[in-house]
Amino acid sequence: MITKRIIPCLDVRNGRVVKGKNFKGIQDVSDPVEMAEFYNREGADELVFYDITASVEERGIFTDILEKAASRIFIPLTVGGGINTLEDFDRVLKCGADKVSVNSGAIKNPDIIEKAAKKYGDQCVVLSMDIKRVDGRYRLFSKGGRVDTGIDAVEWAVDGVNRGAGELVVNSIDTDGVKEGFDLEMLQEIAARVKVPIIASGGAGKKEDFSELFALEGIDAGLAASIFHFKEIRIGELKRYLRAEGVEVRL
Amino acid sequence: MIGIIDYGVGNLFSLTASLRYIGEEPVVTGKREELEKADRIILPGVGAFEDAMKKLRSSGLDRVVMEQVERGKPMLGICLGMQLLFEESFEYGHHRGLGLVKGRIASISEDLREKGIEGLKVPHIGWNSLSFSEDEPLFKYIDQGEYVYYVHSFYGRDCEDGRIASSEYGVKITGAVRNDRVYGTQFHPEKSGDTGLRILRAFVEI
Repeated sequence: MITKRIIPCLDVRNGRVVKGKNFKGIQDVSDPVEMAEFYNREGADELVFYDITASVEERGIFTDILEKAASRIFIPLTVGGGINTLEDFDRVLKCGADKVSVNSGAIKNPDIIEKAAKKYGDQCVVLSMDIKRVDGRYRLFSKGGRVDTGIDAVEWAVDGVNRGAGELVVNSIDTDGVKEGFDLEMLQEIAARVKVPIIASGGAGKKEDFSELFALEGIDAGLAASIFHFKEIRIGELKRYLRAEGVEVRL
Repeated sequence: MIGIIDYGVGNLFSLTASLRYIGEEPVVTGKREELEKADRIILPGVGAFEDAMKKLRSSGLDRVVMEQVERGKPMLGICLGMQLLFEESFEYGHHRGLGLVKGRIASISEDLREKGIEGLKVPHIGWNSLSFSEDEPLFKYIDQGEYVYYVHSFYGRDCEDGRIASSEYGVKITGAVRNDRVYGTQFHPEKSGDTGLRILRAFVEI
């Protein structure tokens, strides 16, 4: 049967992988290509490269890194950050990305989901969402979690899938960086409403958080950054633990 | 030299990079002369069956493929490229394929529904374990149950003669087919980590 996936996320800025807490307090950690190779050896099922730069010249550095990584490791690569147009899709797909994740770009212009799905296939389009509880509702945030859009996140997820998103990344701002476990409540509500694979993000702190996550119906993958970057959890170890707990994983 | 058929379908970055990684020199081409010179041929593909078949026919590359196969040149179809090897497909209508492998391409979701299976998502995306027939040269460097990476909504069935590998997903997903020196994999060896590289290595030794 198909496995649950473990996905490390590499936030890349100016040619380096960086990691902060609660979207703030960024610190430098490592070389992205070396890190990608390390995760490949560790047994990561997929990698996400997130371009957190804004300037054009740094964008060139990012695509060089992507190209290098895609020439050395042969597992699926998702690229996100600064994706606003079909040209952006094209630019990263040509450099070895398999899937492209849209976030703020889709909030500004939802048609991009349909257009990209039509051109590259649903499987290529990942809708990434940053979500926070506001007045007891799940609210969609944009710009890296800084701006409250006022949009209901669950409705946005359903809309995105109807428009052709082939996968969802659900990132909870409330649990991100806290390391007390994934936002199971939020994930469950979204998983009940859509039929595409869901990648859970935000909150992983220990191995048990992943077994709790995969006990939920409709969750296909767990994504994390700092706990993997700082080797608080080793992916090989995590997967052996999950298999012992009866979760199907690739070992 | 490995000729990768370029007929305007799909992203070939990973395929060429993975072949280079194992020390091969792939050439991406839609030219008959170059494909004639190649020792072996790869037919890639992502997207819709009908559109891909039309592109192959209108460029005359379908005939090139058939000629090279008749000459006994090893060929590997990947993903949609495997599906094109089949006799026919029922992806949005009814379409004829190259007919190199007996069987048909059908919808995973329809067959799951028919069997009353719920809770499995389509497309079938992700890593699934592969069971294969013993003594198949394509799998000489891998072990039973190793994981390979799939992304697809349609699958090959009624192909018992040609099927050499499969994965479970409510229905029996045809993982790989073979007819003499023509091979096809539904999964992406160029995205299946070390396992995939070992499958590509075996193909270049056929």
